[in-house]
Amino acid sequence: MNAADGLLLGGAGLRRVYGGRTAVEVDRIELREGEMLAVFGPNGAGKSTLLRLLAMLEKPDAGEVTFRGESGRPAERALRAASAVVFQRPHFWSDSVEYNVGLGLSLRGVPRAESRARSRAVCEQLAISHLLGAPISQLSGGEAQRVALARALVLDPDILFLDEPTANLDTDSRLDLRHDLERVARQRATSVFLITHDRGEAFHLADRVAVLRGGKLVQTGTPKEIYENPADVYTARVTGAEFTISGVVTRAHERMVTVDIGGASFVALGEATTGTPVKIAYRPEDLVLGPPDVPAADLSTRNLVVATVEERRDMGGLVRLRLRGPVELVALVTLDAAEELGVDRGARVAVRAKATALHAFAAAAS
Amino acid sequence: MDPLLEALRLITSGDLYVRDVILRSLQISGSALLLAMVIGLPIGIAVGLTRFRLRLPLVAVINAGLAFPPVVVGLGVFLVLSRAGPLGDLQLLYTPAAMIGAQAILAGPYIAAVSLAAVENIPPDIALQARALGASRRQAIVLQLREVRTSLVAAVAAGFGAIISEVGAVMMVGGNILGETRVMTTAIVLETRRGNFDVAIAMGIVLMLIALGVNAVLLLLGRRTIRRGQVA
Repeated sequence: MNAADGLLLGGAGLRRVYGGRTAVEVDRIELREGEMLAVFGPNGAGKSTLLRLLAMLEKPDAGEVTFRGESGRPAERALRAASAVVFQRPHFWSDSVEYNVGLGLSLRGVPRAESRARSRAVCEQLAISHLLGAPISQLSGGEAQRVALARALVLDPDILFLDEPTANLDTDSRLDLRHDLERVARQRATSVFLITHDRGEAFHLADRVAVLRGGKLVQTGTPKEIYENPADVYTARVTGAEFTISGVVTRAHERMVTVDIGGASFVALGEATTGTPVKIAYRPEDLVLGPPDVPAADLSTRNLVVATVEERRDMGGLVRLRLRGPVELVALVTLDAAEELGVDRGARVAVRAKATALHAFAAAAS
Repeated sequence: MDPLLEALRLITSGDLYVRDVILRSLQISGSALLLAMVIGLPIGIAVGLTRFRLRLPLVAVINAGLAFPPVVVGLGVFLVLSRAGPLGDLQLLYTPAAMIGAQAILAGPYIAAVSLAAVENIPPDIALQARALGASRRQAIVLQLREVRTSLVAAVAAGFGAIISEVGAVMMVGGNILGETRVMTTAIVLETRRGNFDVAIAMGIVLMLIALGVNAVLLLLGRRTIRRGQVA
């Protein structure tokens, strides 16, 4: 793949080791022109290291980073001129907001008047122009992160590297900044490489999501692809799946498995072989509840069980139910549906699930 | 007359002897401080910012310089500059140049050690942030030093403090010659021995005021650098 295919930044065979511990080992990762790629994973997954490698702020022990098809020093120089980074804990120099926002321009030799005009314009876009004369030490966490974003955007970068920019903010500030990030990045058609451990941030903002765990890329795809077809237990869990169903594969055929859960069976997507103990991932909202008076013949139909409501938790317009049938199940229904079905504690309901909504993973992998 | 009142009169009246000694002290210590800065600051900054194999032994040597007894430094400079010494032909002994050399040797380690300690404690994320903003290697160093400029000024102030009040080394290599190498500290010793307490007190007051004043000026300069903050 090269620049002509829309590839802007690429990493191949990247490996970084700290004190004998491999922090990052990524075969291939790509950022395309104009896209927002979110690298999502738990703390310690190697996300920030991966960002530093791709931003060419740190050299890998193995592998290569390419920018617009070039590598080495020329690529590093070009990338430095065409990119900006917002760190989770950005450093600000003890001076005014204006000094800090214009610092990158000053380093690039941009005349002072132009630097001031550009700083003001970008600060207006981020609604922080009133802070320009303020000392940096007087900013709140949210304001500081906006200043860091302004300092990056004022450089008009082709690539914006964002390392958990909202991690240390309160909920309101986080949502505001996330909104601004998306708006400004889309307006400017900037390619964004976003590091986050926030599932909502990754899946809401990004065109593509790369799931990183233990320094390795587990899965890369659109949020929809990852949501619908998680590659492993971790990805399924972080995308909101429940794992209360477990059993043994009794039949495996073309990426579908039949799982005996003791008294009933479920058909699910999966590649485990017959006899393998598996756990089935499902999303509570994918379970369909109905009246319990199901004909006996239908009960033999796969993916249908009758269960008793053990716990009901109202969550605004939604109701979360813990059900006990052949296995424990967790379902999420609308308040209207819950009222219609009368799903109070002790009520019996029929529970259906489409086979394509269930993902079986070998139990050992969890 | 009260020696203290007489001392104040000597200062305010601009007594020629007192004024001559004060000016010579400032010339010699100022020159020594400049020399020590030119050598000590780059060494402290370079050793603080870089990592190399023999760094720790070098840091130990620099820190050991803080404990140099002034009289031993004076003895060393005396032996080097004496007629039989390796630099005896230069005939610098008992001249202001010898005093400047001795004081620079005393101040240099202070400036190097304090600046080294300040620079090596600069958080690594500052350099990373500077590079991420597009700073060249030189610009990144300037941006890092900008964050410890007050400590660098303190390093210079420490060096100045080490020499302005020093008496042993300058006495040995300068000889306390009237009109040539007599400075405030050596004058205080001499005038006290002679019983001229008013002159000694006058020199002492001026010495204290200079020490306080120079430190205040250096701190103000540090703050002004903060405001200007030119890096490019």
